[in-house]
Amino acid sequence: MPITYTSNEQVEVYRFSIPVTIGVPLLALFVQAFVPLRFPRFAVYLDLPLLVTIFFSMARRNPVAGLFTGAVIGLAQDMLGHNPIGIYGIAKTVVGYGASSLGVKLDVENAGARFLVTLGFYLVHSAVYFFVARELVNMTQTWSWLHGMLAGLANAALGVILYFLLDKFKQRT
Amino acid sequence: MESVLGRYRNLIILVGVLFLQVLGLATQVREDKRGGSDAQSTRLIRVWVVGAITPFERGLVWIQDGTGNIWHNYFYLRGVRAENRQLKEQIEQMRLEQVRLSEDAAQARRLQTLLAFKEQFISKTVAAQVIGSSGSDLSRTIYIDKGENAGIKRDMAVMTADGIVGKVLVVYPSVSQVLLINDQSSGVGAILEKTRLQGVLRGSANGEVILERVMSDEQVPVGETVLTSGGDQIFPKGLPVGTVDKVGNGKDLFLTIKVRPAANLSKLEEVLVLVEKQERQQTAEDSTRMRAADILAQRLPSVPEKPAADANAVGVTVPGTKPASATTEAKPAGTAASLNAKISSGASVAQKAPLAGQPAKATGVASSGQKSPSTNAAAPGAAKPVPSQTKTDNAPKKPAKPASTPPTTPSAAQTSPTAVPQSSPPNSQRPANESSPQ
Repeated sequence: MPITYTSNEQVEVYRFSIPVTIGVPLLALFVQAFVPLRFPRFAVYLDLPLLVTIFFSMARRNPVAGLFTGAVIGLAQDMLGHNPIGIYGIAKTVVGYGASSLGVKLDVENAGARFLVTLGFYLVHSAVYFFVARELVNMTQTWSWLHGMLAGLANAALGVILYFLLDKFKQRT
Repeated sequence: MESVLGRYRNLIILVGVLFLQVLGLATQVREDKRGGSDAQSTRLIRVWVVGAITPFERGLVWIQDGTGNIWHNYFYLRGVRAENRQLKEQIEQMRLEQVRLSEDAAQARRLQTLLAFKEQFISKTVAAQVIGSSGSDLSRTIYIDKGENAGIKRDMAVMTADGIVGKVLVVYPSVSQVLLINDQSSGVGAILEKTRLQGVLRGSANGEVILERVMSDEQVPVGETVLTSGGDQIFPKGLPVGTVDKVGNGKDLFLTIKVRPAANLSKLEEVLVLVEKQERQQTAEDSTRMRAADILAQRLPSVPEKPAADANAVGVTVPGTKPASATTEAKPAGTAASLNAKISSGASVAQKAPLAGQPAKATGVASSGQKSPSTNAAAPGAAKPVPSQTKTDNAPKKPAKPASTPPTTPSAAQTSPTAVPQSSPPNSQRPANESSPQ
């Protein structure tokens, strides 16, 4: 049975089947954990779970659904590491909420908008993670605009491609 | 009120979810500060996620290895013959090197015996395959395909043939999480090989390995090897860590040294988990029968030996000692004497005994065996057979007369630890000092 979410009548709201809803985030986590073994720079610049969070949140266009999507994916990502659970969870909750809220108001179907939205949310995600890790968990963190922008651009580029692939799984409500 | 709740419903839910997560975060941080482990309190949910992800990773690694093996073992064998020849030559060279090193190691063990030195030995390791990572550059951990079922426990050292990798952080039934040494929460006791400066190895936020807490009163050359100091009680002493890459000034009077890890931490495939290490003290029986002093005497330049006739003339026999085979004892005693004569007491020691007017039958060295505690100390060793080379050298020189046998009283044996270090190289006492935890 497909999962459906509340819709705003003025914008198109999509739903996803259960296998896609569970499988795609799991696959993203799996790839994120596995690929760095062969390509170490992958984890430094790319964040597949973030891209999946943004995609599902924007497609569902429901802030509550978006924030829960972000929270679940973020917490799962936290569990693969050794840092306290919740740092990615909080960052991706904010991103999920923001992406859904933005999806309600803007058309985020074209590639250019998706690129900019992904770049922006990558920076938001990094900023929230930086704040939480540094101020709440007292981890040593260094902020680099150069790294942030490079990684943001890399994620945005990958995101545009990934979103077009994931568009195939969209089901109209 | 209801309208406010309805209007800000989404925002309220967002704040609620964030609040819950912050609460959970605070609980974990608090437990960490109290010395608790987040691995214990959050174990179950971590187990779920790790259990969901790692089987796929394990399967993919298996398929990848299988495919790679088929290709490398059956299809792609170009140049193997030449490589084989090259490797055989390398093995021959390494055998020669091994002989030399084992000699040195044996000597070191003998000296450690005499210094009552306790050493940690790697007695058992488990090979494991790296199957995954945390997927984040802010948590530098890897997953290996061996867990509790393979005898792995928390805080075990993980290494490769090149150098140390990290330590086991969380253990699941069939998988373990390993904290790499370049993670900012890791810490390893390390020592610089030549300058012998000690410090603490830490990871940085950007994945570099930094050696901290090194006093800045000495120059540290770039390229110097960094080894484990054993002070962390996780890694045995002397394992390679890496090389000095860059030296800079740190806080206060300390240097901050960037270290290039010996093991390639970003491309790990197989690792070894140190599941068993032993701390044992060498005993006399452990070491070979030869005395440490004899070994040193063979290696160090010694006082030229006198001709056999002269030796008989000045030799003495210690009263009350048991006769022993001259062929087995003459040379070691002689070498020990020459060593003692050179280092401890001077050459005159060998000539003092005859002045005592004691019956002389053995070489002059026997007298030193009586006078010098170091020779007495080595009594148990001296009573044993020595390498054949020493026998043949002295057999023609000496008739089969009773030679001096050092006393076997406990008091004599007890002098050994104090006697031999005198003849040790100046840096031989250094390991004993460094063996203490930081």
